[in-house]
Amino acid sequence: MTMAVNSVLPPSTGRRQVSWGTPLTYALALAIAAVSIAPVIYVVIGGFRTTPQIVADPAGLPDPFVWDNYARVLTQSNFWQQAFNSAVIALGTTLAVVVLGMAAAFVLARYSFRGREGLYTFFTLGLLFPAGAAILPLYLMLRDLNLVNSYYAVILPQVAFSLPLTIVILRPFLSAIPRELEDAASIDGASRLGFLWRIAMPLSRPALVTVGVLAFVASWNSFLLPLLVLSDVNLHTLPLGVQNFSSQYTTDTAGVLAFTSLAMLPALLFFTLAEKQIVGGLQGAVKG
Amino acid sequence: MTSANQIRMPAGGASASPAGPREAGRDSARRADNRRKWYEIIGLTTPAVVIYVMFVLVPMGFAVYYSLFRWRGVGPPTEFVGLRNYTLAFQDPIFLDALRNNAIIVFGSLLIQGPIALGVALLLNRRFRGRAVFRLLVFVPYVLAEVTVGIMWKLLLTGDGTVDALLRSLGMGGLVQAWLADLDVVIWTLLAVLTWKYVGFAIILLLAGLSNVPDELTEAAAIDGASWWQIQRHVTIPLLGPTIRIWMFLSMIGSLQIFDMIWVTSVPAVRSLGASATMATYMVDNGFFARLWGYGNAVAVILFVISFVAALLFQRFLLRRDIEGAITGRAK
Repeated sequence: MTMAVNSVLPPSTGRRQVSWGTPLTYALALAIAAVSIAPVIYVVIGGFRTTPQIVADPAGLPDPFVWDNYARVLTQSNFWQQAFNSAVIALGTTLAVVVLGMAAAFVLARYSFRGREGLYTFFTLGLLFPAGAAILPLYLMLRDLNLVNSYYAVILPQVAFSLPLTIVILRPFLSAIPRELEDAASIDGASRLGFLWRIAMPLSRPALVTVGVLAFVASWNSFLLPLLVLSDVNLHTLPLGVQNFSSQYTTDTAGVLAFTSLAMLPALLFFTLAEKQIVGGLQGAVKG
Repeated sequence: MTSANQIRMPAGGASASPAGPREAGRDSARRADNRRKWYEIIGLTTPAVVIYVMFVLVPMGFAVYYSLFRWRGVGPPTEFVGLRNYTLAFQDPIFLDALRNNAIIVFGSLLIQGPIALGVALLLNRRFRGRAVFRLLVFVPYVLAEVTVGIMWKLLLTGDGTVDALLRSLGMGGLVQAWLADLDVVIWTLLAVLTWKYVGFAIILLLAGLSNVPDELTEAAAIDGASWWQIQRHVTIPLLGPTIRIWMFLSMIGSLQIFDMIWVTSVPAVRSLGASATMATYMVDNGFFARLWGYGNAVAVILFVISFVAALLFQRFLLRRDIEGAITGRAK
């Protein structure tokens, strides 16, 4: 129905702001934004209420404001421990994905050798099927390797799952660096690896940030793999923590709302800071 | 060493060396460089290849192997049963329900999110003040973990929760139902929540695609007297074709392996009756928690085969032009 309304709008002319289209545009945009974030805001505000308040009037506002739920989550639950675990795993995953992905994409972009396209196809095959399907044998393998209940049990598979997309995004970026730059660098005495380190890396920073952000968010949010391989409560990540807390304190609605809000916060902040970069980085990828 | 550096990898196989008196010296330099090149190739790609093979491909192979056994996960598998696990799966009504639910999620996502996302993206592509803020807000659900979002909606939807209260206060009390407990309703509730969560991803991709549509084209059409809608219909949307197809592909693969949201929102009883099960939850329920490792792995292989075939068909008929480089290996 959005489109039907749009079709009524007069033509927009290029760059200039279209004043007569604006009120309707704003109304629609506001409605869409409201649908997107109202539930989230409700959860955050709900954390400031008491459970009896919520039960009595589910849609009301906090009256009075209660800080207790948030304080309780931050002091009595394993929130900090879980946030720390999530951070270690997400940062470890991101670092490894960026380093390994960059190295492989550099070779696939800047070296010509027999079997190069075969190797590339080999990696891109990973895009074609859900890695989640391999989760059961993966668990068995990690168990046999004695890696279950360690950070590695989450980091290593996550790196593997993220590599195909990383390489697909980075390769065109690296291929696009003009040959002349490489020639100039080599005349100045730089080796191929020197070119990678001093020129290709800085030049592909936007793409590196994009793949880094994508790997970080995917890792921060991941649930199935940690659920299976981290049975030790001290190693639990935030998504596992949210799930535990909500099933443990089913009657403490306000507490669950507070915990859920706190678990959302880091991802929201992080994304707000990186949003421009993600959209920018995707532009190249979408163009192909 | 300058000479070594100057001799780059032959671009396009131009390896014919110019004849000359110092050819022998150059040849050995070239050979040394060639060797160094191969060391670099192997050194730089090996870590990625090893991790990828070990944690993606090898488990896949093991899934196929284990699926042929009846095996409780202790000791090596010994009781070979051939394809029996597969036939059992297709005889289990719960698994067939899971297949149906996956189909609902795949097609429901495509048919609902696509039009909404296109409309919103075209709207947010117009130039108006504060546009960036609106774009950010629309992406919020997509950034949040599926688990968090799932728990959030569970609170909003269960036991006469906020959604029901809201409906009543709007005079639509007749719509109130057991959103996550009614066996006929739950999958549609989950589809709605998934739409809320993932439509932002479609929008983000489409906006990225829209920013690649040159202004000159739409300006030229406007000068020719085309209306805003005509411009969208005949200029902008056709140019979005590749983006839309890539989104469809990602959405399809994602929908086939959906797990987190279903797992945390639906009560195990509802799930085990098949009302909200998907292939992935069915696989984990049976393989991991019921310790039917052979059977669980057979389900994993079925999930894999379905995704792979769907992906190949999609790529063969729709996607080919768009990610030629990505999938067929012809980088451009």
